[in-house]
Amino acid sequence: MLPERVRQSVAAVPDRMSEIRAPITGNVWKVLVAEGDAVRVDDVVAILESMKLEIPVEAESAGTVLRVLVSVGDPVTEDDSMFELE
Amino acid sequence: MFRKVLVANRGEVAVRVLRALRELDIPSVAVYSEADRDALHVRLADEAVAVGPAPAAQSYLDVDAVLAACRKTGCDALHPGYGFLSENAGFARLCAEAGIVFVGPSPQAIEVMGEKIRARQLATEIGVPVVPGSTGPVHTVDEALEVADRVGYPVAVKASGGGGGIGFRVAHSHDELAAALDAARADGDRFFRNSTVYVERYFDDPRHVEIQVLGDTHGNVVQLGQRDCSVQRRHQKLVEESPAPTVDSRLRDQLSAYALELARAIGYTSAGTIEGLLVGDEFFFLEMNTRLQVEHPVTELVTGIDLVQEQLRIAAGRPLGFRQEDVVFRGVAIECRINAEAAHRQFIPSPGTIDRYREPVGLEVRVDSGVEEGSVVTPFYDSLLAKVVVWGESREAATARMAEALDAFELEGVHSLIPFHRRLLATEQWQAAGTCRDLVGDRGWLKQAEPA
Repeated sequence: MLPERVRQSVAAVPDRMSEIRAPITGNVWKVLVAEGDAVRVDDVVAILESMKLEIPVEAESAGTVLRVLVSVGDPVTEDDSMFELE
Repeated sequence: MFRKVLVANRGEVAVRVLRALRELDIPSVAVYSEADRDALHVRLADEAVAVGPAPAAQSYLDVDAVLAACRKTGCDALHPGYGFLSENAGFARLCAEAGIVFVGPSPQAIEVMGEKIRARQLATEIGVPVVPGSTGPVHTVDEALEVADRVGYPVAVKASGGGGGIGFRVAHSHDELAAALDAARADGDRFFRNSTVYVERYFDDPRHVEIQVLGDTHGNVVQLGQRDCSVQRRHQKLVEESPAPTVDSRLRDQLSAYALELARAIGYTSAGTIEGLLVGDEFFFLEMNTRLQVEHPVTELVTGIDLVQEQLRIAAGRPLGFRQEDVVFRGVAIECRINAEAAHRQFIPSPGTIDRYREPVGLEVRVDSGVEEGSVVTPFYDSLLAKVVVWGESREAATARMAEALDAFELEGVHSLIPFHRRLLATEQWQAAGTCRDLVGDRGWLKQAEPA
């Protein structure tokens, strides 16, 4: 879980920005989009590996990838921010 | 028997093997990754050796590190458990070259059965029916289409090096076949470094039935009955029972004969399992697993035979201490796999810290586990935490005992399959021994198993 301070700052981001968060604790296996890419709702933007399963990470809203916050091999905790969208 | 045995595994199976070694008074060595430094199996062993960082490829699967641990501690034998290095013929050969007894079958047997196309051909040669499909590898979409047209849709495209539900893709019509072929090839290449594939009929809702065998190095082979493992999700088993509830005595004799013929045909030594599908009362051979299975305890509870101790005795060159006619099958055993998974979220894994943990106890209740209160469940390995195994005089009695055991099992901090199993056992489909191909796809079962 993210610390409370981070949660508040997340809530404070302007409406036109959004994030894609890790659905589960695991390791980043594939990153499928780069900065500047356009994504649509339900696009698979990354794949996590957790407990021998591949877990797709899907975009919940459409937008353009502003920042990619993870790289292949990185450990992520459930709810960690992985991408920033605009 | 042996001077010292290294257990090349982790979690509940490492604990299971270590307990058998203690009972036989054989000194033991555990190996562990950095993530498992505080794990139960490490403390249970007489000695423990670190073999690398958390990812399995750099620790439990690091052949050189594991062999070095054997040499360093003076082990003369190694038990691989299941998964990891257990079906790696090359590793079994390296053990032999290093003068370390691999507790399992010969590298040749692992190789023949590990190559699924060869295993299918062998079964066909000795008259054991296989799932209808290609006789050999399938190279092109046209070849695949030809096989599919002959056996009918849906078909499964399977990696020849695969098994255990990994490396296979289903095509429901000819439109899906090319994609299934590519995906199965890619899986085979990625997981087994073998992109050879074959095509077979994919049955809609078969039962998964398997036969346990045990062979020694003196030519004795026995079969220890059937297990039914039809309740699955993503082609991975969740519940197993013995005997198989829908197998009558005629079919039982037939399956036993098939299993013995296959084991004898490859001179099989150690514990092994012949897996197949049951469609109505027709059996089709799928594959042979040349190792101890996760679900071996159900067979132990109905036969009273300790499969791990038998594996160790066989590996030490001793003959089986009993004959087929000495094996008595008694009652019914059921196993529920307690995975760290959220069944209500399509069984997604649930890593975390177990902050409350108490296992059920009672008459004919057995729990094999690799965790305890405070254990950290990491994302690096599979999700199996524990197995609850119970025995009863009948399927009903065993089901009632399992329900009670699940109710008494306290596990908090991660999602587990305990509530799922509890609901599953109460469904009409379980009580009627209904079939179930895949719980993720089969809404009927899941609906009944949803949290209230």
